[in-house]
Amino acid sequence: MSATLKKEHKSSRPERGGQATLVEAIRQGIWEEMERDPTVFVIGEDVGLYGGAFKVTDGLIDQFGKERVIDTPISEAAIVGAACGAGLMGMKAVAEFQFIDFISAGFDLLTNYAAKCRYRWGANIPAVFRGPCGSGVRSGPFHSLNAEAFFLNTAGLKIVEPSTAYDAKGLIKAAIRDPDPVLYFEHKKLYRLPRLREELPADDYIVEIGKARTAREGRDLSIITFGAMVLTALDAAEELEKEGLDVEVIDLRTLAPLDKPAILASVKKTNRVIVLHEASRTGGIGGEIAATIAEEAFEWLDAPVLRVASIDTPVPYSPPLEDYYLPQTKDVLEAARKLAAY
Amino acid sequence: MDNPPNKTAQRSPADKNRRRHRQHPAPFQMRVSTKYAPRRPVDGKPMGCTSETSLKPEQMLELYRYLKLTRLVEERLVNLYRQTKVVGGVFRSLGQEATAVGSAYALAPQDFVTPLIRDLGAVLVKGIRPREIFAQYMAKAWGPSGGRDLNIHFGDMAKGFIGPISHLGDMIPVMTGVLLAARMQKKRAVAIAYIGDGGMSTGAFHEGLNFAAVQKLPLLVIAEYNHYAYSTPTNLQTSVRDLAEKAASYNIPAHIVDGNDVIACYEVTRRAADFARRGGGAVLIEAKTYRRKGHAEHDDQRYVPSGEIEWWEKNNDPVDRFEGFLLEQKIATKERLDEITASVLREIEEDCAWAESSPMPDPEQAAYGVFDNNIVPPALRPEFLKN
Repeated sequence: MSATLKKEHKSSRPERGGQATLVEAIRQGIWEEMERDPTVFVIGEDVGLYGGAFKVTDGLIDQFGKERVIDTPISEAAIVGAACGAGLMGMKAVAEFQFIDFISAGFDLLTNYAAKCRYRWGANIPAVFRGPCGSGVRSGPFHSLNAEAFFLNTAGLKIVEPSTAYDAKGLIKAAIRDPDPVLYFEHKKLYRLPRLREELPADDYIVEIGKARTAREGRDLSIITFGAMVLTALDAAEELEKEGLDVEVIDLRTLAPLDKPAILASVKKTNRVIVLHEASRTGGIGGEIAATIAEEAFEWLDAPVLRVASIDTPVPYSPPLEDYYLPQTKDVLEAARKLAAY
Repeated sequence: MDNPPNKTAQRSPADKNRRRHRQHPAPFQMRVSTKYAPRRPVDGKPMGCTSETSLKPEQMLELYRYLKLTRLVEERLVNLYRQTKVVGGVFRSLGQEATAVGSAYALAPQDFVTPLIRDLGAVLVKGIRPREIFAQYMAKAWGPSGGRDLNIHFGDMAKGFIGPISHLGDMIPVMTGVLLAARMQKKRAVAIAYIGDGGMSTGAFHEGLNFAAVQKLPLLVIAEYNHYAYSTPTNLQTSVRDLAEKAASYNIPAHIVDGNDVIACYEVTRRAADFARRGGGAVLIEAKTYRRKGHAEHDDQRYVPSGEIEWWEKNNDPVDRFEGFLLEQKIATKERLDEITASVLREIEEDCAWAESSPMPDPEQAAYGVFDNNIVPPALRPEFLKN
């Protein structure tokens, strides 16, 4: 039996602040919240001794024990249901989906139980449902999903997705402290991206749910986006700057409820808009944002709102296929140039 | 390289977690107790109830009161339905009231129940008042969901009542969370989750009970074999004869109980609750009963063989059986039982009047309470082109 227990290292407590990647920022956030609040616990598949598929929960079981770091069967209904039931009792679950693709197996309990409980009888469920999302890592149709559009039409679920280490920590803390269910999506491509390493404050802080951030200020055109696509947008903005186009990038951070004032303020400033997201185009959040702009800022527009998104297929595996599927910087450039010339 | 760990070395908390990680479950044994299973009825002899019981006479009269309350609240609901005062459907537990009443009665105040639609009796035993049920069915503002949900789809955490949703099976995983939380909070609570011969076909049922068994949670799953799921007979739901057999796949003990014998239901549940509370883990209890009404009031039951309902009504009605038992055992006189019924009817009268006097909800209330409205504003209808 001992031969099967090769992992002998004990993961230490993360730094409080300091240099951190996105994955480390999330881990810091969960760790600090578990220290701060004894009602917070972690539940999911392989989250205990193994520390989670992406090591987000690494070391927590050594610190907080198996009662607060609960390894489950491969059973998303059990994970979501348990998080809901514990929530009714005042315990705050941080429930992990090993990949966000598997959220479909917990869909019923999320949309019918977690989302509707407060509305139905005033019983709020303070739970966080988190997991790695996103494409571009050659993982094929079942490990690449962006799931936000599945849930946007369900009232009762908040949805957040950070694109920086700072926001990742601030949002996971805000999500854990939120009295309502929060879906927390983590783009797996960003987890250990050196570009996102940054110095985090040592002090306790949160990033308020429902507030977008201006990732780059500009006057000529707005790119409204979130998650890994923020980087694509920033790359495109840099390129466009050389062409004399001053691009603003809005990082939504929260997808539900949408920060409409931030979106509309940017539109009114630049009058040209690209909505950029990684999920497929049809029925995606881009349509909702474009419709909001059309309804509430029509007169401020100098050009049609363009959506740049993935094509309407499952996420393919082979690199050339996946690259075609995903919106690339060149697609953003093309859209921006057309809008500028409109 | 990886050497085997030195057994004499001091063990860290991390090692402790690793050892627990690798625990092996107890060897499999089929454990289905049939001590309280239905007995074959003897022709011409009333079926009665189990006489071996720890219940005191006053407790038995309380049980009788809950049985009558359940039946008469439902009868009142049918009247309200026919007067078109009930907005949705009415779901009866006629003929199977003893299962819910007897089992819920075996719980302690700190314990939890999550009923199905046919377990009104358990809800009433947990202390929910008929007025809440009437107001809820009539979609009134004073109902516990303020008109947002139907029938017994609500809850009252202080009373240990966790309302179900329509999706069968989902409450089993939810109850695992309730019990995990209770364990973390050092509360010695057990919980009953009711399910039926239909609901056990869902994936959520399996996922929930599997997890409860793995975690040794004190969850009593009461499976009501009432012969029909909507119109579908049990042989089209499952290939097992007794639902209790399903316990084998979770290596948990099971009981088969006569679901129309309220004392047997109480006794079995009390034993299972003691077992679970002592750390024994989950238990499956199959209650054999019969649904005498259709899925809801609109259902004409064309799928039921003729004579079947009548047989159960005549020979195996849980209220008749218990009443006969109380009289035969001289626990109560007919007059005493009639007094109880009269007091139940007075309560129903009063509560129904209260519920009828409630206003319907203010339409705009539809927009409130999706989230904490101190954080997220209510979802009011937007004004078009307001700028």
